Amino acid sequence: MTDVGFSATRRLILQGAGAVALVGLGNIPFGPTPALAAANDKYPEEAFKAKSEADAIKALYGKTAEPSDKVKMDAPEIAENGAVVPISVTTTLADVTSISFLVSENPVVLVASYKIPAGTLPNVANRIKMAKTSNVIVVVEAGGKLYSANKEVKVTVGGCGG
Amino acid sequence: MASTIRVRATSSGETTEVQALIQHPMDSGFVKDAKGEIIPAHFIQQLTFEYDGKNVFTADWGGGVSKDPYVKFAFKGGKKGDELKVSWVDNKGATDTTTAKIQ
Repeated sequence: MTDVGFSATRRLILQGAGAVALVGLGNIPFGPTPALAAANDKYPEEAFKAKSEADAIKALYGKTAEPSDKVKMDAPEIAENGAVVPISVTTTLADVTSISFLVSENPVVLVASYKIPAGTLPNVANRIKMAKTSNVIVVVEAGGKLYSANKEVKVTVGGCGG
Repeated sequence: MASTIRVRATSSGETTEVQALIQHPMDSGFVKDAKGEIIPAHFIQQLTFEYDGKNVFTADWGGGVSKDPYVKFAFKGGKKGDELKVSWVDNKGATDTTTAKIQ
Protein backbone atom coordinates (compact mmCIF):
# COMPACT_ATOMS: atom_id res chain seq x y z
CA MET A 1 0.00 0.00 0.00
CA THR A 2 2.67 2.43 1.02
CA ASP A 3 4.69 1.19 -1.91
CA VAL A 4 1.96 2.14 -4.40
CA GLY A 5 1.49 5.50 -2.71
CA PHE A 6 5.18 6.18 -2.93
CA SER A 7 5.51 5.32 -6.61
CA ALA A 8 2.41 7.35 -7.48
CA THR A 9 3.88 10.37 -5.74
CA ARG A 10 7.18 9.74 -7.45
CA ARG A 11 5.43 9.63 -10.81
CA LEU A 12 3.67 12.89 -10.11
CA ILE A 13 6.93 14.55 -9.22
CA LEU A 14 8.55 13.24 -12.38
CA GLN A 15 5.62 14.44 -14.50
CA GLY A 16 5.89 17.83 -12.90
CA ALA A 17 9.58 17.98 -13.72
CA GLY A 18 8.83 16.95 -17.29
CA ALA A 19 6.26 19.69 -17.68
CA VAL A 20 8.67 22.28 -16.33
CA ALA A 21 11.33 21.08 -18.75
CA LEU A 22 8.89 21.37 -21.67
CA VAL A 23 7.80 24.86 -20.72
CA GLY A 24 11.45 25.81 -20.40
CA LEU A 25 12.16 24.56 -23.90
CA GLY A 26 9.20 26.41 -25.32
CA ASN A 27 10.52 29.70 -24.05
CA ILE A 28 13.93 29.38 -25.65
CA PRO A 29 13.88 31.34 -28.89
CA PHE A 30 14.88 28.96 -31.63
CA GLY A 31 18.32 30.21 -32.50
CA PRO A 32 18.79 31.93 -35.82
CA THR A 33 15.49 33.14 -37.21
CA PRO A 34 16.78 34.40 -40.58
CA ALA A 35 16.30 30.87 -41.94
CA LEU A 36 12.56 31.13 -41.35
CA ALA A 37 12.36 34.71 -42.54
CA ALA A 38 14.23 33.89 -45.72
CA ALA A 39 12.02 30.92 -46.48
CA ASN A 40 8.96 33.15 -46.36
CA ASP A 41 7.96 35.82 -48.79
CA LYS A 42 9.61 39.13 -48.18
CA TYR A 43 8.09 41.35 -45.51
CA PRO A 44 7.08 44.70 -47.10
CA GLU A 45 9.11 46.89 -44.72
CA GLU A 46 8.71 50.12 -46.72
CA ALA A 47 4.92 49.82 -47.04
CA PHE A 48 4.66 49.57 -43.25
CA LYS A 49 6.47 52.91 -42.90
CA ALA A 50 4.14 54.85 -45.21
CA LYS A 51 2.21 57.75 -43.68
CA SER A 52 -0.49 58.00 -46.33
CA GLU A 53 -2.70 55.40 -47.91
CA ALA A 54 -1.53 56.32 -51.42
CA ASP A 55 2.12 55.82 -50.41
CA ALA A 56 1.36 52.53 -48.67
CA ILE A 57 -0.55 51.14 -51.65
CA LYS A 58 2.20 52.29 -53.99
CA ALA A 59 4.92 50.69 -51.85
CA LEU A 60 2.97 47.45 -51.66
CA TYR A 61 1.72 47.07 -55.19
CA GLY A 62 3.35 49.80 -57.32
CA LYS A 63 -0.01 50.92 -58.71
CA THR A 64 -3.22 52.64 -57.69
CA ALA A 65 -6.57 51.16 -56.71
CA GLU A 66 -10.01 51.91 -58.11
CA PRO A 67 -13.17 51.62 -55.98
CA SER A 68 -15.25 48.52 -56.67
CA ASP A 69 -18.61 47.37 -55.31
CA LYS A 70 -17.36 43.80 -55.69
CA VAL A 71 -15.23 44.33 -52.60
CA LYS A 72 -17.47 43.92 -49.55
CA MET A 73 -16.19 45.13 -46.23
CA ASP A 74 -17.87 44.29 -42.96
CA ALA A 75 -16.93 46.82 -40.31
CA PRO A 76 -18.83 48.37 -37.40
CA GLU A 77 -20.39 51.85 -37.80
CA ILE A 78 -19.14 52.74 -34.37
CA ALA A 79 -16.27 51.05 -32.56
CA GLU A 80 -16.46 51.63 -28.83
CA ASN A 81 -12.93 50.36 -28.33
CA GLY A 82 -10.41 51.43 -30.94
CA ALA A 83 -7.94 48.82 -29.69
CA VAL A 84 -10.02 45.99 -31.11
CA VAL A 85 -12.05 46.68 -34.23
CA PRO A 86 -13.25 43.56 -36.04
CA ILE A 87 -13.10 43.96 -39.81
CA SER A 88 -13.68 41.38 -42.48
CA VAL A 89 -13.70 41.44 -46.24
CA THR A 90 -15.04 39.21 -48.95
CA THR A 91 -15.11 39.65 -52.70
CA THR A 92 -16.63 38.10 -55.80
CA LEU A 93 -13.61 39.13 -57.87
CA ALA A 94 -11.70 36.25 -59.49
CA ASP A 95 -7.96 35.51 -59.24
CA VAL A 96 -7.40 37.34 -55.98
CA THR A 97 -3.74 37.35 -54.97
CA SER A 98 -3.67 39.80 -52.09
CA ILE A 99 -5.91 41.65 -49.61
CA SER A 100 -4.74 44.61 -47.50
CA PHE A 101 -6.25 46.66 -44.69
CA LEU A 102 -5.44 50.36 -44.21
CA VAL A 103 -6.60 52.97 -41.68
CA SER A 104 -6.03 56.49 -43.00
CA GLU A 105 -5.75 58.24 -39.59
CA ASN A 106 -3.37 55.72 -37.99
CA PRO A 107 0.30 56.76 -37.53
CA VAL A 108 1.18 53.79 -39.72
CA VAL A 109 -1.54 53.61 -42.35
CA LEU A 110 -1.00 50.00 -43.43
CA VAL A 111 -2.28 47.58 -40.83
CA ALA A 112 -2.19 44.17 -42.48
CA SER A 113 -1.54 42.68 -45.88
CA TYR A 114 -2.48 39.11 -46.73
CA LYS A 115 -1.14 37.00 -49.57
CA ILE A 116 -3.80 34.76 -51.10
CA PRO A 117 -2.29 31.85 -53.06
CA ALA A 118 -4.37 30.03 -55.69
CA GLY A 119 -6.85 27.77 -53.91
CA THR A 120 -7.31 30.07 -50.92
CA LEU A 121 -10.66 31.88 -50.75
CA PRO A 122 -10.70 35.71 -50.95
CA ASN A 123 -12.28 36.10 -47.50
CA VAL A 124 -10.35 37.39 -44.52
CA ALA A 125 -11.40 38.46 -41.05
CA ASN A 126 -9.12 40.13 -38.51
CA ARG A 127 -9.05 42.64 -35.65
CA ILE A 128 -7.27 45.95 -35.97
CA LYS A 129 -6.40 49.03 -33.91
CA MET A 130 -7.74 52.48 -34.76
CA ALA A 131 -6.28 55.66 -33.26
CA LYS A 132 -9.46 57.64 -33.89
CA THR A 133 -12.47 57.95 -36.20
CA SER A 134 -11.15 57.21 -39.65
CA ASN A 135 -11.68 55.76 -43.05
CA VAL A 136 -10.86 52.08 -43.28
CA ILE A 137 -9.72 51.02 -46.72
CA VAL A 138 -9.56 47.50 -48.05
CA VAL A 139 -7.51 46.86 -51.17
CA VAL A 140 -7.93 43.67 -53.17
CA GLU A 141 -5.46 42.65 -55.85
CA ALA A 142 -7.24 40.52 -58.46
CA GLY A 143 -5.99 39.57 -61.90
CA GLY A 144 -3.11 42.03 -61.50
CA LYS A 145 -5.42 45.00 -60.83
CA LEU A 146 -6.29 46.78 -57.61
CA TYR A 147 -9.80 47.31 -56.29
CA SER A 148 -10.81 49.01 -53.08
CA ALA A 149 -13.64 49.61 -50.64
CA ASN A 150 -13.94 52.39 -48.07
CA LYS A 151 -15.87 52.77 -44.88
CA GLU A 152 -15.79 55.34 -42.11
CA VAL A 153 -15.66 53.80 -38.66
CA LYS A 154 -16.38 56.08 -35.71
CA VAL A 155 -14.16 55.41 -32.72
CA THR A 156 -15.28 56.33 -29.20
CA VAL A 157 -12.05 55.45 -27.40
CA GLY A 158 -8.85 55.42 -29.47
CA GLY A 159 -6.69 52.34 -29.60
CA CYS A 160 -3.30 53.91 -30.13
CA GLY A 161 -3.07 56.72 -27.57
CA GLY A 162 -1.85 56.25 -24.01
CA MET B 1 1.11 24.03 -23.50
CA ALA B 2 3.77 26.52 -24.13
CA SER B 3 2.63 27.48 -27.63
CA THR B 4 1.42 31.01 -28.22
CA ILE B 5 -0.68 29.83 -31.15
CA ARG B 6 -4.19 28.45 -30.99
CA VAL B 7 -5.57 27.19 -34.27
CA ARG B 8 -8.86 25.65 -35.24
CA ALA B 9 -9.07 24.22 -38.73
CA THR B 10 -12.40 22.74 -39.74
CA SER B 11 -13.02 20.90 -42.98
CA SER B 12 -16.46 21.08 -44.56
CA GLY B 13 -15.45 18.60 -47.25
CA GLU B 14 -14.72 21.13 -50.01
CA THR B 15 -13.01 23.83 -48.01
CA THR B 16 -11.15 24.16 -44.74
CA GLU B 17 -11.86 27.13 -42.52
CA VAL B 18 -8.99 28.26 -40.34
CA GLN B 19 -9.15 30.47 -37.27
CA ALA B 20 -6.01 31.42 -35.41
CA LEU B 21 -5.54 33.28 -32.15
CA ILE B 22 -2.04 34.18 -31.05
CA GLN B 23 -0.77 35.52 -27.76
CA HIS B 24 1.36 38.55 -28.52
CA PRO B 25 1.49 42.13 -27.15
CA MET B 26 1.48 43.68 -30.66
CA ASP B 27 2.97 46.93 -29.34
CA SER B 28 2.88 49.49 -32.14
CA GLY B 29 5.67 51.69 -30.78
CA PHE B 30 3.31 54.70 -30.54
CA VAL B 31 1.83 54.06 -27.12
CA LYS B 32 3.24 55.54 -23.91
CA ASP B 33 3.22 53.74 -20.59
CA ALA B 34 2.09 55.22 -17.24
CA LYS B 35 5.42 57.05 -16.85
CA GLY B 36 5.06 58.68 -20.25
CA GLU B 37 7.75 56.55 -21.84
CA ILE B 38 7.19 55.03 -25.26
CA ILE B 39 6.60 51.29 -25.20
CA PRO B 40 8.98 49.98 -27.89
CA ALA B 41 7.49 48.40 -30.98
CA HIS B 42 7.03 44.66 -30.56
CA PHE B 43 4.72 42.99 -33.03
CA ILE B 44 4.38 39.96 -35.27
CA GLN B 45 5.52 40.77 -38.79
CA GLN B 46 4.73 37.59 -40.61
CA LEU B 47 2.40 34.70 -39.97
CA THR B 48 2.30 31.76 -42.36
CA PHE B 49 0.06 28.74 -42.80
CA GLU B 50 1.29 25.64 -44.62
CA TYR B 51 -0.73 22.67 -45.74
CA ASP B 52 0.69 19.66 -47.58
CA GLY B 53 4.05 21.41 -48.01
CA LYS B 54 2.42 24.42 -49.68
CA ASN B 55 1.80 27.88 -48.36
CA VAL B 56 -1.96 28.51 -48.12
CA PHE B 57 -1.95 31.93 -46.43
CA THR B 58 0.57 34.60 -45.41
CA ALA B 59 -0.17 37.55 -43.19
CA ASP B 60 2.17 40.56 -43.18
CA TRP B 61 1.33 42.57 -40.10
CA GLY B 62 2.23 45.97 -38.71
CA GLY B 63 1.76 47.35 -35.21
CA GLY B 64 -1.83 48.26 -36.09
CA VAL B 65 -3.07 44.72 -35.61
CA SER B 66 -4.80 44.25 -32.24
CA LYS B 67 -3.10 42.67 -29.24
CA ASP B 68 -3.48 38.88 -29.18
CA PRO B 69 -4.25 38.88 -32.88
CA TYR B 70 -7.03 36.91 -34.51
CA VAL B 71 -7.36 35.98 -38.16
CA LYS B 72 -9.77 33.83 -40.13
CA PHE B 73 -9.52 32.53 -43.69
CA ALA B 74 -10.42 29.45 -45.72
CA PHE B 75 -8.79 27.37 -48.43
CA LYS B 76 -10.01 24.75 -50.87
CA GLY B 77 -9.21 21.16 -49.99
CA GLY B 78 -7.76 20.01 -46.72
CA LYS B 79 -8.61 16.58 -45.32
CA LYS B 80 -9.75 15.76 -41.81
CA GLY B 81 -6.81 14.49 -39.78
CA ASP B 82 -4.21 16.21 -41.96
CA GLU B 83 -1.86 18.71 -40.43
CA LEU B 84 -1.72 22.47 -40.86
CA LYS B 85 1.54 24.16 -39.88
CA VAL B 86 1.42 27.67 -38.46
CA SER B 87 4.47 29.88 -37.81
CA TRP B 88 5.11 33.49 -36.90
CA VAL B 89 8.13 35.76 -36.63
CA ASP B 90 8.10 39.15 -34.88
CA ASN B 91 10.14 42.34 -35.31
CA LYS B 92 12.58 41.20 -32.58
CA GLY B 93 13.27 37.92 -34.37
CA ALA B 94 11.29 35.72 -31.98
CA THR B 95 9.30 32.90 -33.56
CA ASP B 96 6.81 30.22 -32.72
CA THR B 97 5.44 27.28 -34.67
CA THR B 98 2.68 24.80 -34.12
CA THR B 99 0.80 22.19 -36.08
CA ALA B 100 -2.93 21.61 -35.85
CA LYS B 101 -4.98 18.69 -37.03
CA ILE B 102 -7.81 19.56 -39.40
CA GLN B 103 -11.13 18.58 -37.81
